[in-house]
Amino acid sequence: MTEFFQSLGMSYDWAWGVATVCGILLIALPLMLAVAMIIYADRKIWAAMALRRGPNVVGPFGLLQSFADGLKVFLQETIIPSGANRGLFLIAPIITFTVALMAWAVIPFNSGAVLADINVGLLYILAISSLGVYGVILSGWSSNSKYPFFSALRASAQMISYEVSIGFILIGVVLFADSFNMNEIVKAQQGHGLGFVNAFGFNLLLFPLAVMFLISSLAETARAPFDLTEAESELVAGYQTEYSSMSFALFWLGEYANVLLMCTLNAVLFWGGWLPPVDWAPLYAVPGIIWLFAKILFFFFVFSWVKATVPRYRYDQLMRLGWKVFLPISLIWVFLISGYLMLTRYS
Amino acid sequence: MIQLFAFYLFATIVIASAAMVIFARNPVHSVMWLILAFFNAAGLMLLAGAEFIAMLLIIVYVGAVAVLFLFVVMMLDIDFAELRAGFVRYLPLGALVAVILAAELVFALGAWSAGGIDLAARAAPATPDKSNIQQIGELLYTRYIFLFEAAGIVLLVAMIGAIVLTHRTRGGVRPQKIADQVRRRPQDATRLVDPGVGQGMEL
Repeated sequence: MTEFFQSLGMSYDWAWGVATVCGILLIALPLMLAVAMIIYADRKIWAAMALRRGPNVVGPFGLLQSFADGLKVFLQETIIPSGANRGLFLIAPIITFTVALMAWAVIPFNSGAVLADINVGLLYILAISSLGVYGVILSGWSSNSKYPFFSALRASAQMISYEVSIGFILIGVVLFADSFNMNEIVKAQQGHGLGFVNAFGFNLLLFPLAVMFLISSLAETARAPFDLTEAESELVAGYQTEYSSMSFALFWLGEYANVLLMCTLNAVLFWGGWLPPVDWAPLYAVPGIIWLFAKILFFFFVFSWVKATVPRYRYDQLMRLGWKVFLPISLIWVFLISGYLMLTRYS
Repeated sequence: MIQLFAFYLFATIVIASAAMVIFARNPVHSVMWLILAFFNAAGLMLLAGAEFIAMLLIIVYVGAVAVLFLFVVMMLDIDFAELRAGFVRYLPLGALVAVILAAELVFALGAWSAGGIDLAARAAPATPDKSNIQQIGELLYTRYIFLFEAAGIVLLVAMIGAIVLTHRTRGGVRPQKIADQVRRRPQDATRLVDPGVGQGMEL
């Protein structure tokens, strides 16, 4: 895009700046639209699984429901509890929302269609997702209220625990792809599985990692069955209890943007990203972005499906799964994969 | 031009937020300023071309260490008046530490500019075509492999030590045994009986 703006007669610096801003807008604005639609889709899927109709009043098939909700929230009054720590109380949702948007900078939407093609892309995503915990922990603390605080403690412990195993899982992917660059990781998956499937997930060594990553990403985004941070039967609404109006909406948007990000990571890291599912020439005629969106939507359906059907974990079960099951298995898998690669690729 | 601007921006924020860590009254605010300092230090690392270190700085310090700080600080019941009361008493000690640190900095700078022991030339894989991660990996897993493994063992010992120190077995709790639950079959827990009239049955 920089070349295009340069051809309009700008100097390189300006062209780069304008191109980057355009790139950010090109990602952030459709993402917001996608979040609105995905909330609608989420509610429709739960409704279908519970044999209800779901939102069906605002707009055709209820399609405009999210926008109506957004407008309602926008018009509400922002209430700041008198005991709250004002500054942090207002910053917390902004952190959540910003962090949810930041990670999208390194997601490849097509061959070369990535905002920041950096060679530490995967580490960047880990770094950004480790920031997400601050929005939660700060909102819980600054609300100066019992339940949000409990929820914040739970959430931060949960996010840190699962980040550890996510890190080890990602090392497996990096070892196979031989790069931290997201685009390289996608390209390494071409014809990887069984010689013709464009996915790491079809590699027998990586399939268990793919499953663990899917479950860990549910825990990382605090989705059901790991949504203990917002367990309404114990904690009212968790760390969002004291929030209203736009500050609540920012949490909401950030949460769903994170869910979409995790779906995208599942698609990009294990299931071929923008590559078509099978390494067959005619399929490459379809633009890569469509394949990527199809995969993201599939994983989002899985997320909703799990939310609609799986009961919530207890907290000790959650911790047990993270520390006593995923962590040892992923650690052993790092050894297995490195050993396998030493034998086959590097000997 | 933009590098220069970015450098001064990051450097100013690092120093300002580091100062705020000390001056902030509320310890939670202090930790938040510390996080901002870490973050901008990572920005400086990026400018120096050490993107791997920058990312690790954020993952390790911001993502893990600062969260633990925040945890501890949030749990503390802090009396601000008492905190401020100690300020004058500890001022001489603090000043001494500051003077020592400043002197060491000056010495280090002097020694470096005098070009004494040439630490920088010891092991520098000057291969600009390779990425950061590959360069560090090549050094760490060949030249410094024993130091690296020794560091790993020290950390392992520390971890085991922490677990041993804090682990306690409590009596009177009934922990969930997942394996037992999974292994349990209907016939272990239920039985079908057909008692005759008036005979009753043993429970």
